[in-house]
Amino acid sequence: MELRHTTSEMVVPTLEIRGLTKYFGGLRAVNGFDLTVRRGDLAGLIGPNGAGKTTVFNMVSGLYLASGGEVLFQGTSTAGLEPFEITQLGVGRTFQNIRLFPNLTVLDNVRIAYHPHAGYGVMDAILRRPKFHLGEREITDRARHFLSIFKLEGIQNELAKNLPYGQQRRVEIARALACTPNLLLLDEPAAGMNPAEIVTLMELIHFIRDRFELTILLIEHQMRVVMGICEHITVMDFGEVIARGNPREIQDNPKVIEAYLGKGSANAA
Amino acid sequence: MDLNVGFLLLSLVKISAVLAWVYGLIQVLGLRSTWARLGGLLAAFGIIQLAIAVPVGDTVVLNDFDLGLLYQAATMAMVALGLNLIYGFNGQFSLGQWGFYGIGAYASADITYRWTNGDARGLLVLGIGSILGWLVILYIGRYLQRYRGVPVLSAFTLYLLGTVVAGAVAVFIGNLLNPLFMPLLGQSNAPGPLNSGVAVQVVFFLSVLIAGVFAAGIGFLFGLPVLTLGSDYFGIATLGFSIVIQTLMVNSDTILPFPEMKGGRGMIGIPKLTTWFWAFLFLVLVIVIMRNLIHSSTGRAILSVREDETAARVMGIDVARYKLMAFAMGSLFAGVGGGVYAHFIGFLSPGTFDFLIGFNPLIIVVFGGLGSMSGTITASFGWIFFLEGLLRVILGQLGTEAPTWRFVLYPIALLLLMLLRPQGLLGTVEWGFLKAREEPTAPREGHPAPAPAKQ
Repeated sequence: MELRHTTSEMVVPTLEIRGLTKYFGGLRAVNGFDLTVRRGDLAGLIGPNGAGKTTVFNMVSGLYLASGGEVLFQGTSTAGLEPFEITQLGVGRTFQNIRLFPNLTVLDNVRIAYHPHAGYGVMDAILRRPKFHLGEREITDRARHFLSIFKLEGIQNELAKNLPYGQQRRVEIARALACTPNLLLLDEPAAGMNPAEIVTLMELIHFIRDRFELTILLIEHQMRVVMGICEHITVMDFGEVIARGNPREIQDNPKVIEAYLGKGSANAA
Repeated sequence: MDLNVGFLLLSLVKISAVLAWVYGLIQVLGLRSTWARLGGLLAAFGIIQLAIAVPVGDTVVLNDFDLGLLYQAATMAMVALGLNLIYGFNGQFSLGQWGFYGIGAYASADITYRWTNGDARGLLVLGIGSILGWLVILYIGRYLQRYRGVPVLSAFTLYLLGTVVAGAVAVFIGNLLNPLFMPLLGQSNAPGPLNSGVAVQVVFFLSVLIAGVFAAGIGFLFGLPVLTLGSDYFGIATLGFSIVIQTLMVNSDTILPFPEMKGGRGMIGIPKLTTWFWAFLFLVLVIVIMRNLIHSSTGRAILSVREDETAARVMGIDVARYKLMAFAMGSLFAGVGGGVYAHFIGFLSPGTFDFLIGFNPLIIVVFGGLGSMSGTITASFGWIFFLEGLLRVILGQLGTEAPTWRFVLYPIALLLLMLLRPQGLLGTVEWGFLKAREEPTAPREGHPAPAPAKQ
């Protein structure tokens, strides 16, 4: 596997989006969106409210059917794939409004993400064959290991709905990582967090990228969050890309300032 | 007009004893050592068997009426467990459970009825048909996996064609093989060797299993297109299913080719083969299968669909597959319950499978607690023993029409429960055997991180 990584994936970008378009009835939510994320990148997608960022995510993860354009994941088109198939290819994601399984324990939340790799079938489970016990031990071990990385092992038997907000975010990221993705999509991970929590979150994102050799694409509504951690930034407004570049370039781009602060502000700034 | 207080007390004691027995059964199943578990099961079976069979003075502890209640309760527990799997664990609000119960009852009854009357086609056709049908379904399922984005209705058409062909083949084989069996079966007045005691018991056992598998097959075919609907629409569609099934039962001798089912007049002459042994066996089987399914990775996938469908899809869970699996498995339990019921009561009338009565398992599931197997089993036994046992008899002493009042009393009880304890009697609490049992592991330091499982 390692060998193949060195030869093919150096050239093939992890995520390549070409001309992605989405109409909701007559409303054009995303129009001709292009984006390339290379392996190991930590890329940001920013833009004001309603710019179409989450719609792009939903098309990449397969929840929305694109009206036009295509998404290539590691060189293969994901058109026509169900969301679960795209996840099994190696795309993990979190949601803007946290979507944990509220009435299940933290441990079960993470274990569910391992389901595609469970290694035993329904009949093994019903007959409690040795394969089941092996698989279950493996799943539980892995899930606990994950929780300990995120310092969540102390709350593994808590119901997800009883956790404080910050911990729910951590569990959701842990769960997304348990899908063993190559590409992680984070949808506004800092939403609703206070400045101190945001600092911890940024450290966490850096940590998981290095620890799991991930490629990360994150949406952020607040520009200053992205500036701190992203290497490449794409700015969207009204469904279209208005700027690309590194944080410095973006910060000085008059179009971006206009999108965020309104017309005329660019001159003032 | 006077209430028999002694009888009332005795009934209450019986009900408490039965509920304690249910609790004991669940605990006993969860014993760690295999021998203790087997011994406990034997004891759980034996206590009731003794209470039925051994006379105390000039009576027995559990008379025929109580035994009937036990059978009904065991049957109801199977049906309600199936519904809890669909509704409580998978989150799909279904009113079709009673239809599958009816399918199981009629299918199983037809097999044994025909068999004891010298016709092996019931067993052959339904048995071969169910097995072939499921093989075809599994084969088509595997075949379709190779293609992306097959529309549900196209897939459904393919499955339907496949199963219809399997059914036709089964009818052909059944008609072909039947003459071989007929001399061995004899006639009802002169039974042949295959109609002796043991053989009939085996056929009964098979008929109940086949009824379950058959109902599961129907559940699969019905669920495939309908499970794509949202929850409310799904509920209405399943209600429609129950009504269709009942209408088919009423007309089973006219628009369906089953004169022995006698349509709306009801099917009579079903051999009464259900004994406490069989009822107990099937109940324990259903409980064990259900528990093993729920406490597994598949079970967690089923639960995740209830919790958040969108999140489940993004976590790599094939939501459609697990909805279908839960629905078919729930139908299987209902079918098995129907088979046990048919051979206990000996008479099947379409009125029994009216969709209004079909709300009973739903009420039981909600009463016991959505997502609690222990709650469902307890509520099933409690329901039958209180409603059909205690209230009917007690109110019966107040006048001939008085038992009808129980249908006023239990909705009030239900109302109170919903007001005071909306999560149901047990909420999501499980007892003994039905609790999740963690594999003995400890987080290890330096455990290799899961490899990126991609090519």
